[in-house]
Amino acid sequence: MKKTSNRQTWYYAAVIVISYAVVTILLKGNLLNRQYTSLLVPIAVNIMLAVSLNLVTGFLGELTLGHAGFMSIGAYTGALISLNLGKTEVLPAPAAFALALLCGGLMAALFGFLIGVPVLRLRGDYLAIVTLAFGEIIKSVINSMEITNGARGLSKIPLYSNYTNYTVVFIIMVLTVLAITNLMNSRDGRAIMSIRDNDIAAESIGIKISHFKVKAFVFSAFFAGVAGVLYAHNVGLLKPGTFDYNKSIEILVIVVLGGMGSIRGSVIAAVILTVLPELLRGTDNLRMLLYAIVLIAMMIFNNSKIKEGLMMNRTFRKLGKKEA
Amino acid sequence: MLTSIMEQLINGLRTGSIYALIALGYTMVYGIAKMINFAHGDIIMVGAYTLYIGIALLHLPVIPAMVLTAAVCSVLGMLIEKIAYKPLRKAPPLAVLITAIGMSYFLQSVALLIFSSTPIPFKSVINLNAVQIGTVNISGITIVTLAVTTVIMICLTLFINKTKAGSAMRAVSEDRGAAELMGINVNRTISMTFAIGSALAAVAGILYICQYQSLRPTLGALPGIKAFVAAVLGGIGSVPGAMLGGIVLGLIESLSKAYISTELADAIVFGVLVIVLLVRPSGLLGKKKLVKV
Amino acid sequence: MALLEVKNLGISFGGLKAVDGFNITIEEGQLYGLIGPNGAGKTTVFNLLTGVYRPTLGTITLDGKNLVGKGPAEICKSGVGRTFQNIRLFGKMTVLDNVKTALHNRVGYSELSCFLHGPVYRKKEQEMTDQAMDILKVFDLDRDADTLASNLPYGRQRKLEIARALATNPRLLLLDEPAAGMNPNETAELMDTIRLIREKYHITILLIEHDMKLVAGICEYLTVLNFGTELASGTPAEVLNDPKVITAYLGE
Repeated sequence: MKKTSNRQTWYYAAVIVISYAVVTILLKGNLLNRQYTSLLVPIAVNIMLAVSLNLVTGFLGELTLGHAGFMSIGAYTGALISLNLGKTEVLPAPAAFALALLCGGLMAALFGFLIGVPVLRLRGDYLAIVTLAFGEIIKSVINSMEITNGARGLSKIPLYSNYTNYTVVFIIMVLTVLAITNLMNSRDGRAIMSIRDNDIAAESIGIKISHFKVKAFVFSAFFAGVAGVLYAHNVGLLKPGTFDYNKSIEILVIVVLGGMGSIRGSVIAAVILTVLPELLRGTDNLRMLLYAIVLIAMMIFNNSKIKEGLMMNRTFRKLGKKEA
Repeated sequence: MLTSIMEQLINGLRTGSIYALIALGYTMVYGIAKMINFAHGDIIMVGAYTLYIGIALLHLPVIPAMVLTAAVCSVLGMLIEKIAYKPLRKAPPLAVLITAIGMSYFLQSVALLIFSSTPIPFKSVINLNAVQIGTVNISGITIVTLAVTTVIMICLTLFINKTKAGSAMRAVSEDRGAAELMGINVNRTISMTFAIGSALAAVAGILYICQYQSLRPTLGALPGIKAFVAAVLGGIGSVPGAMLGGIVLGLIESLSKAYISTELADAIVFGVLVIVLLVRPSGLLGKKKLVKV
Repeated sequence: MALLEVKNLGISFGGLKAVDGFNITIEEGQLYGLIGPNGAGKTTVFNLLTGVYRPTLGTITLDGKNLVGKGPAEICKSGVGRTFQNIRLFGKMTVLDNVKTALHNRVGYSELSCFLHGPVYRKKEQEMTDQAMDILKVFDLDRDADTLASNLPYGRQRKLEIARALATNPRLLLLDEPAAGMNPNETAELMDTIRLIREKYHITILLIEHDMKLVAGICEYLTVLNFGTELASGTPAEVLNDPKVITAYLGE
């Protein structure tokens, strides 16, 4: 067993190095036009959002519809810090950005905790709806606050994390994915998955359900917050309307398409679903239709006899094993 | 002051009864199929567009156009159930919920493709003069809304409690397996529930659009979510609960819009939901469920 | 002092008394059987003992310490492990991970190690794997360590559930119909395994069973439950010949 895990480490290291090299070559060689260059950071942000949502929805097994809310808290916190400290040159830019990332993540995590604790008493459908409600509450509160500049939003946020700083973005994204992958391969990760598979049995072997549910919520919110900070410093302006229910659904679509509980799937799906709409440019309405069909088709397929038949098939089972 | 409070209360009652109509659909479907039909709110939107097509494009008289609207929505509700939800009867609840969200998205994007996102103005088809009681002015649409919802609620309560089909519905919601063994056609009962729920959403759509007079593909989302909140507030699965929840929610919304803040009204509505769920997870009139080990 | 002492235990669900005035005393090292017709309240007793339900009446003490009012996770930590009548495994996790999850409170490392996978993580994970494999070997499940739990055949799923409960290092193990759905060969094998783990891990076992042969074969002491109350207690020979018990099972 030791051997396979070693090989896997090398495999992942190779994937990381190669993807970094590819991005560098594409950028330095001016092989990408403006349109595709502008996609690099959104890809990383979506990967982080999808992987962090997967932690709660795929691994803990609770559907949350307020992920965009955590992202917006991170984005606004980070943007306010760099507007007040970085842009005014109270702090040097790298320090201001680092502080923005940290505080954005922590603030989102704090809200994850504040929301996670009461929401714990609910499960399934109710939990989904309450997280949706929280997402909308966050949106309306940001919309009516002065410090966030209400509906007009924040603008002229320093572009610390646009494509010219792609190395920083890349590193943060890789660290996020690694942190969550590692977490899921640890005792806490097993505890979280055991709650998904059977909460009553998990309790019977001494797993404190509430403790791990809150933990999963907090970690997931933290990384969504960091992703929000990257988002804010890439586009330079924030509006509360960006972080609505549709954004949460968009992230959910990535997780569902990639496969719930599969980190690798989330990463691949995030890349595809960020690039694809650009390829189908001008057909924004078609994109929504596509998302809808993907959601329905994936769910029906996953629970159909066709999949069961494929699972019985030997070659497919082998493929499935590799995935796990 | 008193006049203004009275007017706000009547406004609240009007929006509340529209919420109640939509909430009934959520609650009935939840009771029977044990799922949240997220696409329910978008049936309202389909209803509104159907009415628009009937009146503005096909030049139908008002009543046939309304009947057409209700029929289209009922059929659509049944179709959605057959295509998207039926294959998932035995699937985990998370899968069903995601499918329903997908269905909601699907309806919105189809409407977007056909009608584009530009709002279409629509003139109310309900033209009744306002009534003055003392100093309080009640608009015609308010009177129609209140009258229609009251009649529908009475009919629905009678239907569920007094007819054979109604008792079949109650039986399926109590225990699907046992109902099937008693010779009840479960598939037909579920279809019927979706049809009735969607017809109620169509009525709500008509009343809603006569109030707001503008059509957008996303018009069903907000009343849909609020009505869902109402259903949960009243205790999902409970028909009187949905009625109560709808009215309570309408009143809260109208009063907070008038006396607290328009911007924060939505946050207050959702805040009420969160508090109610934390204090009474099964809602105001809902039954507590015991998990069997 | 007895390991488990239950006095006058009772619970009612909306007026229905599912368990009423139930007493049981189990000595350290005993293999105790709880039998009774369907619906007698056996599983409810288990749920009361493990904190899934909170009793309306009565006391439960383990080694003199009160268990009433504690949650399932806490009761597990005080040394009670259990299996379920309808198997409850972590289906999408491997057999090995099922057992390693149960080692959660025995082998620990910090959250930071969870994220960083440093040397402490590697050492402790290896320790957990070794311990889990030891337990799996007892049940002959070690060759399936990397299989998903839901892909195991039924009989082996039942065994894995016992293995998982054992991994929490219980002093008292509650087995809810461990032989349900097994054929006679599998049942015989299971009886051997139960005897073996009792000796190897020095634990006390309370089991619910319908299979009279299994009960009479391995239990030293029995309590018969009917309509939520104790009908008879004693050695298998005494109890199974008691006219009250025969009536309860076969009717008048």
